[in-house]
Amino acid sequence: MTSSRLAVRKTYKLFIGGKFPRSESGRSYLVQDANVALASRKDVRDAVVAARAAVKGWSGTTAYNRGQILYRAAEMLEGRREQFVALGEPEAEVDAAIDRWVWYAGWSDKIAQVYGNANPVAGPYFNLSSPEPTGVVGVVAPPESPLLGLVSVVAPAIVTGNTVVVLAAEERPLAAVTLAEVLATSDLPGGVVNILTGKPAETAPWLAAHMDVNALDLAGVRDAALATSLEEAAAENLKRVLRPPATPVDWAADPGTGRMTAFLETKTVWHPKGT
Amino acid sequence: MTATATSAALADIGRSDATLRAFLHGLPGVDQVGAEQRAAMLATRSIKTTAKAWAIDLAIRMVDLTTLEGADTPGKVRALSAKARRPDPADPSCPAVAALCVYPSMVPVAAPELAGSGVHLASVATAFPSGQAPLDVKLADTKAAVAAGADEIDMVINRGAFLAGRYQEVYDEIVAVKDACGGAHLKVILETGELATYDNVRRASWLAMLAGGDFVKTSTGKVPVAATLPVTLVMLEAVRDFRAASGRQVGVKPAGGIRTTKDAIKYLVVVNETAGEDWLHPDWFRFGASTLLNDLLMQRTKLKTGRYSGPDYFTVD
Repeated sequence: MTSSRLAVRKTYKLFIGGKFPRSESGRSYLVQDANVALASRKDVRDAVVAARAAVKGWSGTTAYNRGQILYRAAEMLEGRREQFVALGEPEAEVDAAIDRWVWYAGWSDKIAQVYGNANPVAGPYFNLSSPEPTGVVGVVAPPESPLLGLVSVVAPAIVTGNTVVVLAAEERPLAAVTLAEVLATSDLPGGVVNILTGKPAETAPWLAAHMDVNALDLAGVRDAALATSLEEAAAENLKRVLRPPATPVDWAADPGTGRMTAFLETKTVWHPKGT
Repeated sequence: MTATATSAALADIGRSDATLRAFLHGLPGVDQVGAEQRAAMLATRSIKTTAKAWAIDLAIRMVDLTTLEGADTPGKVRALSAKARRPDPADPSCPAVAALCVYPSMVPVAAPELAGSGVHLASVATAFPSGQAPLDVKLADTKAAVAAGADEIDMVINRGAFLAGRYQEVYDEIVAVKDACGGAHLKVILETGELATYDNVRRASWLAMLAGGDFVKTSTGKVPVAATLPVTLVMLEAVRDFRAASGRQVGVKPAGGIRTTKDAIKYLVVVNETAGEDWLHPDWFRFGASTLLNDLLMQRTKLKTGRYSGPDYFTVD
């Protein structure tokens, strides 16, 4: 006897504000044998609103607590390991992505110690510099490494208290949507990570021009002309821009702290000392 | 029946509790499902490009910029007065809002700030927001606001009396407040969130219009349920029918809970489709709002510059 169950076919949707809406435009595209939402500029707008709303709570969470939440995400990621492998991600890359997430989670309460400072000044003051999150970061995810590359750009941005709007790789978006399902079940507040599938070439200009976005990570832009125009659009409100890598990146290599410090602002306070 | 003959008949309705009750309960009932469905259907209209730009500017001109907090200070009211005159300081082509709406104690602060600007000064009165005070207190409240320079008064009806069926009491109170207003415009707040049914909204609208109100307004903004699209639709039908019967045009002001440009444009569509184009003017339709203005300004900036704007570029209040 054959199974009488109807197949449950999955529709891959966007991830905005902790929810999984279809694209506002109603569009989708066929990729990796699945129907995936094709985000429009209005989805970008909604995602930025969600990311902005999440900044206050997420950056106000204690560093220790942020680390715990990110570690929880790594636990969930571990539980979904087979699913990522089934999507065609090499096992080594999935493992590296989980380890990468844990590695960044550990940085949450250490980054201020390493990149903060007690500055020697000529006067009776304590002079302290501490890193603070930049705010809303727009990210174009690397197309060549849909899970490890994605984790390697999202985790460093959010661990310090930023929130992100990510444009997932156009040709291989399923890992990104599955990562969204991981994040949705891991205590991460809605809006901290927003993932839009579709064509970054279409949506990135809106993200780059958006006046309520504070920084832009162009890790996944492979078209030099597009990268230049995005950087020009980002200049209007002085966004911090992380340019696309000049040479191909080995995402499995030790990432260093550069991606975390790229989206930090230094706050310096003077405090009188003495009796 | 001619309009004058009808208006004479309408004036007679307020004669006694019995005639008021007979008239108000004789009004046709509101089809609840029909009203909600009609409002939902109109809310799906898509307004784009030049029509949207026109709607946004009209909506800005219709805003009653409101601050009704216990924590209002003269400084905040002055800042808001400046914003009312020039909502977007970076863009001189941005129109001024219709009015500033404050508590009576803040009217003397706002009056000199708005003098000569064309922006009206509205004051809530009559023991806003509950309306639970003796009549002479309410009248004194109103007179003080008008004397201090308010040219529009937002009064609250006595919901307790209305819900208890003491229509004459509510009617007489509105008539007395209208009298106390002198030349000032009177907006009558029905507080539809407390009226429970659309039938009551229709009755209260007619009662306010019969008693001489120049505007009917949905809410104080102080109860959980504020303006909704179907309630505004019912009120717009009432002012349309009232003008047909009496020849006098009465305005409508939804207030509370309207926060986005999208919402505001939905209301404008309902105005156009229900009462008609005559009401698409700041003299006849207003938005009671505080946060709505910033969203309108952001959308306006988006249309002008082609890039999405953010709250960082507009004042907090």
